[in-house]
Amino acid sequence: MSYTKRVDGRKFDETREMEAKIGIIKNAGGSALFKFGDTIAIAAVYGPKPLHPQHLQNPSKGVLRCNYDMLSFSVTERKRPGPSRRSQEISKVSEWALSSIVDLDAYPNTVVDVHIMILQANASTRCAGINAAALALASAGVSMKELVSSVSIGKIDDKIVVDLIKEEEDCEEGEGATDIPMAFTKSGKICLLQLDGKIRPEELKEAIKAGKKACKEVYNVQKKALKGVEGKD
Amino acid sequence: MIAKEENKEVKEEIEEIEENNEIKEAKREIAIPGEAIVSGKEYLPGDGTRRENEDIVAGRFGLADTSGRLVRIIPLSGIYMPRAGNIIIGIVTDTTFNGWLVDIKAPYNAFLPVSEFSRYIKGDLTEYYDIGDMIACKVFNVKHRSIDLTVKSRGLGKLEKGMIIYINSNKVPRVIGREGSMIKLIKDNTNCEIIVGQNGVVWISGNKIEDELKAKDAIMFVVNKSFIEGLTDKVKEWFDGGKEK
Repeated sequence: MSYTKRVDGRKFDETREMEAKIGIIKNAGGSALFKFGDTIAIAAVYGPKPLHPQHLQNPSKGVLRCNYDMLSFSVTERKRPGPSRRSQEISKVSEWALSSIVDLDAYPNTVVDVHIMILQANASTRCAGINAAALALASAGVSMKELVSSVSIGKIDDKIVVDLIKEEEDCEEGEGATDIPMAFTKSGKICLLQLDGKIRPEELKEAIKAGKKACKEVYNVQKKALKGVEGKD
Repeated sequence: MIAKEENKEVKEEIEEIEENNEIKEAKREIAIPGEAIVSGKEYLPGDGTRRENEDIVAGRFGLADTSGRLVRIIPLSGIYMPRAGNIIIGIVTDTTFNGWLVDIKAPYNAFLPVSEFSRYIKGDLTEYYDIGDMIACKVFNVKHRSIDLTVKSRGLGKLEKGMIIYINSNKVPRVIGREGSMIKLIKDNTNCEIIVGQNGVVWISGNKIEDELKAKDAIMFVVNKSFIEGLTDKVKEWFDGGKEK
């Protein structure tokens, strides 16, 4: 039996309801919240500020540091707080995805700290995190080339689906589930592409196409959040 | 060059800076990074923008000013980046054998050399400025990674009494107002001396603590209502009508 209907009744190319908000953490230089349905990520940006220890400084460009963490109450079974193998990996890939859009040449010898916290998790946390971080960086007034939008594409059995949830990720029907988180800049460049599972090359092409389309929707949500700032604060 | 600068009054310089930063009465829209603001060869990319083929593209988040040929971004947020000529307020964090290190709320440390002190110095540097002192100073030079300060101008130097408040450095032009109108209004209505540093540090000193608090409230009012047009009149009303809103 192939996967004909999604668990939560969405269309195959439909994302969950998205929500974005700017300026939720008062003491940060910039902050944002991003929701994919019941996956909630917040991001805070501090800096640019002097980098210590000094041997980490780069005199030709700034340094971007990214820290991703899932809070202990974000999942059903309490997550042990603190960094883990998984969170370190996601911190690193988020850092790479974001460093390609931040104009670090403008801030030599300094560091920009990005903290991503997952308040509630139901798959696609790294995508929500990157979306929130991009918004937070923009609202912090950091010099940027463009925005980045991220979405996870999956392959359940033989169907390409957009924005997986936990139940779909764990699906074992037919060919099983494949999770492909990806991030695109507005101009369509790939900043992040990970793959967990098995997929045929032609299907991957199809998945990237679907991801690009979904990221446009994400971008519109991000844009709306940033444009709605006037009159506030 | 230094002697020439010495003659200038601080107030004049504040006005000069303010004129450059003054927000013109033009339709401004929020621009987001990577978004094309205007298209056409006749426009020139200014602060916070870059050219991509025909388009002028925003390089940071802020209000896009398209009133002239030069398109630029007026930032709404972001850390203070020092520029030569800025009047700022900083805290002395350390003394060295030939000067002071000053925290100016910027990504880089600033240095005030003894040679830029207002007169000849003999003996222990801490007798003049000690750690923790607030000083009003001017950015003299911004090089690759070091910022040099000077206090060789009238009105600069150690701030002995009064209070310090911190505001968003991007709102400083609003607090000063066109040709210093806003800050003059606040000074006149509260009998306080006020120095607004370009780095968002504001020093208020009055005879009574009530006056200082009133000046603080007025400045916070301006910062919070910075989007409203005709703000100077609003502040006048605010002073006349007590503390409504």
